[in-house]
Amino acid sequence: MGVHVQTTINGDAVEFACGVDESLLDVLRNRVGLTGAKEGCGTGDCGACSVILDGRLVCSCLVLGAEMNGKSVETIEGMADGNVLHPLQQHFIDGAALQCGVCTPGFLMAAQALLRKNPDPTEEEIRFGLAGNLCRCTGYDKIVRAVQAAAKEMRG
Amino acid sequence: MRYEVPVTAKEAASLLMKEKGKAFVLAGGTDLLVKMKAGVVAPDLIVDIKAIKGIKEIKKTATGFTIGAAVPCAALDENAALVKAWPGVVEAANLIGSKQVQGRCTMAGNLCNASPAADSVPALIAAGAKVVITSSKGSRKLAVEDVPAGVGRNNLKKGEFITAIELPKRAPKSGDAYLRFIPRTEMDIAVVSCAVNLTIDGKGIITKARVSLGAVAITALLVKEAAKAIIGTKLDDATKAKLADICSAACKPIDDKRGTVEFRTTVAGVLARRAAETAYTRAGGK
Repeated sequence: MGVHVQTTINGDAVEFACGVDESLLDVLRNRVGLTGAKEGCGTGDCGACSVILDGRLVCSCLVLGAEMNGKSVETIEGMADGNVLHPLQQHFIDGAALQCGVCTPGFLMAAQALLRKNPDPTEEEIRFGLAGNLCRCTGYDKIVRAVQAAAKEMRG
Repeated sequence: MRYEVPVTAKEAASLLMKEKGKAFVLAGGTDLLVKMKAGVVAPDLIVDIKAIKGIKEIKKTATGFTIGAAVPCAALDENAALVKAWPGVVEAANLIGSKQVQGRCTMAGNLCNASPAADSVPALIAAGAKVVITSSKGSRKLAVEDVPAGVGRNNLKKGEFITAIELPKRAPKSGDAYLRFIPRTEMDIAVVSCAVNLTIDGKGIITKARVSLGAVAITALLVKEAAKAIIGTKLDDATKAKLADICSAACKPIDDKRGTVEFRTTVAGVLARRAAETAYTRAGGK
């Protein structure tokens, strides 16, 4: 049985129909055409599917699409301001904080959520804040440094 | 599979009661969705309880705090009064999974999922927390330690679900703490855990205490003898050694790749001593 859902994604009103067992990640990728969020594990362990749901960082693989009625989601696709990249995105590029890139959208959303709550995190706070995101390429140091650089720029 | 979003607890209870197939409550979904994906459960009905009025609120009441069953763990440390009164409960809940998981997971879900290693459960037991269970017939309260029935099993009946967790009113000079051992620094499941909650008098003597251990038996344990051992003391070294011995003796752990029986038994005592020290300091003891 399908569910009809009206929701907000990156500030835009979106309507979709989905099955009860479809995750928000499935809906974003397969029904809405937003493929930035990635499925790494599908069980909430890797963070590659991270999105911000009503202001909270969540794994979109652990949310049902059916739950989205009246909710507001932010995904990686809404992070840049038109052609101008968000400071986090720019510093990830400048600092080579990505290699294969599969984990990157999740890291950026998690870093975004972290900096909103704590604009001046210590290195330890960044590492704990991003502990739910796995990266098998970089070794994390460049990611931590990119978040530090972006945080500094965003504080002005 | 059907999906319902009732707006009252009574309606939710009625849906759960009437369902002839398998009905599951959805709050944060961090256990349910994983189990659905793994094929461990196949619900006929999912009852999303998050639209029930007040179920996502933390309320300070005359008798303590009432934490709605759908409050995500990430919201707990944003409530300054709750953090001040029950730092051990909040630190335990904020060790569950990642930031992403904490954005969704709930203490009520952690309790109902009934893993012996659930982080928030020993802290809630030590705190003397109760759950409010609603059914179509009304509501009843149950002490947190009486909710788990075994690994993955709880004492809720068909048609019942938890609507809130109640933390008691805090006496002056009280403190609680939760510690767990994990081989990693983050994102892991407790190999052993311990929560201590205590109150001291003006001279620093412990007047009330509750001690709970996690991951060392099929359910989290309330260790009454451990509390007895520290009541009436200033938590001197001899008392701490006795506390550690009693906690180790209370363990009935399994032997697995994450920790041997011997390791779990020893570490339970160490964690009890350290958690008691932190709780004592938080209560204002020196």
